[in-house]
Amino acid sequence: MTVTKHSQICPITVTNRDYIFHMNRKQETKENKEIASLKLKLINLIGENYMYKKTTITLMGIGMIGMSLISTAEARDQIRIVGSSTVFPFSTAVAEEFGRSTSFKTPVVESTGSGGGLKLFCAGVGESHPDITNASRAIKGSEVELCAKNGVSDIIEIKVGYDGIVLANSKKAQQMDFKLRDIWLALAKDVVLDGKIVPNPYSTWNEVNPELPNKKIEVLGPPPTSGTRDAFAELALEGGCKKFPEINAIKAENKDQYTALCHTIREDGAYIEAGENDNLIVGKLQANPNAIGVFGYSFLEENNDVIQGSVVEGSLPTFENIAEKTYKVSRSLFFYVKKAHINTVVPGIEEYLGEFLSDKAMGDFGYLAEKGLIPLPGGELREIQNTATNLIAMQ
Amino acid sequence: MTDIQETDIVSRRVNWHSKSQKDRLESRYRKEKIFKALAVSSLSIAIVALLVVLVSILTTGISGFKETRIELDIYLDRDIVGEVPNLDAAGLKDHYATININSLLIKSLQKKFPEVSSRRDVFSLLKLFSVGAQSDIRDTLIADPDLVGKTHTISLLSSSIVDMFIKGKILRDVEENNRKISDQQIAWLDQFELEGKISQNFNWTFFTNGDSREPELAGVRSATVGSLLTLFVTFIISFPIGVGTAIYLEEFAPKNRYTDLIEININNLAAVPSIIFGLLGLAIFIGFVGLPRSAPLVGGLTLALMTLPTIIITARAAIKAVPPSIKEAAIGLGASHMQMVFHHVLPLSMPGILTGSIIGMAQALGETAPLLMIGMVAFIVDTPGGIMEASTALPVQVYLWADSPERGFLEKTSAAIMVLLLFLIVMNGLAIWMRQKFEKKW
Repeated sequence: MTVTKHSQICPITVTNRDYIFHMNRKQETKENKEIASLKLKLINLIGENYMYKKTTITLMGIGMIGMSLISTAEARDQIRIVGSSTVFPFSTAVAEEFGRSTSFKTPVVESTGSGGGLKLFCAGVGESHPDITNASRAIKGSEVELCAKNGVSDIIEIKVGYDGIVLANSKKAQQMDFKLRDIWLALAKDVVLDGKIVPNPYSTWNEVNPELPNKKIEVLGPPPTSGTRDAFAELALEGGCKKFPEINAIKAENKDQYTALCHTIREDGAYIEAGENDNLIVGKLQANPNAIGVFGYSFLEENNDVIQGSVVEGSLPTFENIAEKTYKVSRSLFFYVKKAHINTVVPGIEEYLGEFLSDKAMGDFGYLAEKGLIPLPGGELREIQNTATNLIAMQ
Repeated sequence: MTDIQETDIVSRRVNWHSKSQKDRLESRYRKEKIFKALAVSSLSIAIVALLVVLVSILTTGISGFKETRIELDIYLDRDIVGEVPNLDAAGLKDHYATININSLLIKSLQKKFPEVSSRRDVFSLLKLFSVGAQSDIRDTLIADPDLVGKTHTISLLSSSIVDMFIKGKILRDVEENNRKISDQQIAWLDQFELEGKISQNFNWTFFTNGDSREPELAGVRSATVGSLLTLFVTFIISFPIGVGTAIYLEEFAPKNRYTDLIEININNLAAVPSIIFGLLGLAIFIGFVGLPRSAPLVGGLTLALMTLPTIIITARAAIKAVPPSIKEAAIGLGASHMQMVFHHVLPLSMPGILTGSIIGMAQALGETAPLLMIGMVAFIVDTPGGIMEASTALPVQVYLWADSPERGFLEKTSAAIMVLLLFLIVMNGLAIWMRQKFEKKW
């Protein structure tokens, strides 16, 4: 009776004792099996208790792994490319083909944005710095200075082609026909009305221009961090803005105010920042036929069964129109090569340039054209090819 | 004293059947009902949201695990292939890399469609096949060198556009100018279809290839290996340090103002946005230590910083949950404080510590923001062979594909999300299994 009672009251104590006993035994066998030899050596070294030894072994193990890791750091055999997300699809296509068709390793291409890429590029010469940076705009004077300060003196500029920025809407809706001034009037924060600067009063397209349909202004576009947004502001908005004599009068007086007026986009909900993901904008346009989207030409090219580009200044965003520069909202794409790295830091840069500018890639039926790049016209291409083969640095 | 109290209660005796009391009771029941209804509805909203996400990923992603192949009789012309040198498989691979496999494909296509002669038509006929079709032919040649000079039926990978068309993602009734596949190409495909040459197979390429600009060749292998390497580094660094910190703080550290400060800071660190850790990693590991960009080592170190607070907090909770009776019994039997901790407390709290660590690892697996700063958001084709080689991670692969213009990447994005989810489910399942198997109940 007492025994049962005892076991009912104190089952925990019994289990615990069993458990502790069990644990000690288990650890002994484990000890014997796994680290018997190491233990023998260590017992002489450290005459302390078992756990100390175990910790020492673990620490030694970690140390050894750490040492082996550092010793595996070796000279670079992969070209490193950073820069613009607009050039990224083209640059990666070339990198892949280059890796496939040559014995060099496939270059690593990072998408950091044009500004971020040039900052990394200009940080110095050597293995830890990128060899090439892509840019959706030309290098700025301040960036050239930064490069020079860090010892990056010879930079080769390669212009690769053009990218159109399109305004597009769903195929279910009517195709739009914009003038640049309509785009500025519809999207600027402040506009010119009867010779005065007033906050943007327009809410429908036909208020901006009677020829446009009576539909709410609803534009989905990239956020201010995007290079596409900068280019859109510069080419489309400023292009429309400077058609007003009042604005040009301001330009003569105060350049900063002029830039602010022309580039600032309204924040009252008519322009919706849709994030960096252009696929998202395409999806939203399909769902909402009233909305207009702003994005790069390659996304229109991939999706032209569901969306259509709008006419701007009488010209449709087509391959031919952008190449011939009749479509106004287009910009040049570049990449920059560090001459000091060629054949010293990493092998294969010249061959990469050759692949990028080859007819197989840049030709009319080249794989880059298929990806939506609008290649340089023949004459300009020859010139750039000459720059690339002779490795002529920028002045 | 007691008398007074009793009379007080008696005098305040409540009539439970009065109207005011009934109303109060009813209002209390009503409040409970409203609360329950709110709880149930919030739960159902959460379930519906989860279902919508899962279903949309599944419906778009499931087709990403299938690929389209077209069977074609390829004449393995001896004039083009040349004599087969006596080499092993690797040697043969290098040998065949120099051979114009494309011309084998073109000749065989011209034989099948004799009416196609202009360069443009051949070009668009060739566009039905992926760039990867060449390696299909090459692999056949390597597998059986005796085929040279014979005609052999090879199942070739189709291009992404054909794949999309066969899967019904590009519709036939769209006007020709507006789809990426021409009427002529559809006619050729119809002929293949009629002859039963088109098949849809499981997409092994998705698991054996690295990233690619061609959706049909893109795979998650390099990203998966990169993720595993990164997690390995994260675990090696954060687990010993995290558990060590937890043991010290819980069992050895004196309770004073400084340890309180440390505790508060560890709890706050757990709530710091992950991008901050990325900036820290960039400044310290790349800027100061000079480790290479995009390396899993740097990614792992950065993520280890991020996971440390989670591991410390869960490990401390697990250590705290060990009953004092066990500690006292160990001390009572003559164990030193250190023996007590390492022989009894730590083994008993290990299931809880591991569960917490696995959850922390799962969180690290899904992280992109810190990796953005240290250059792991990159196009990487080759599978990394070590923790110093450039690599990317699974969530980064999802992010990159979601941003690609090619239509074929839509389903690949969802398929990659499914692979990522599978990893997370396995890791969380492991945590649950370990908890149930090893947990001791007192």
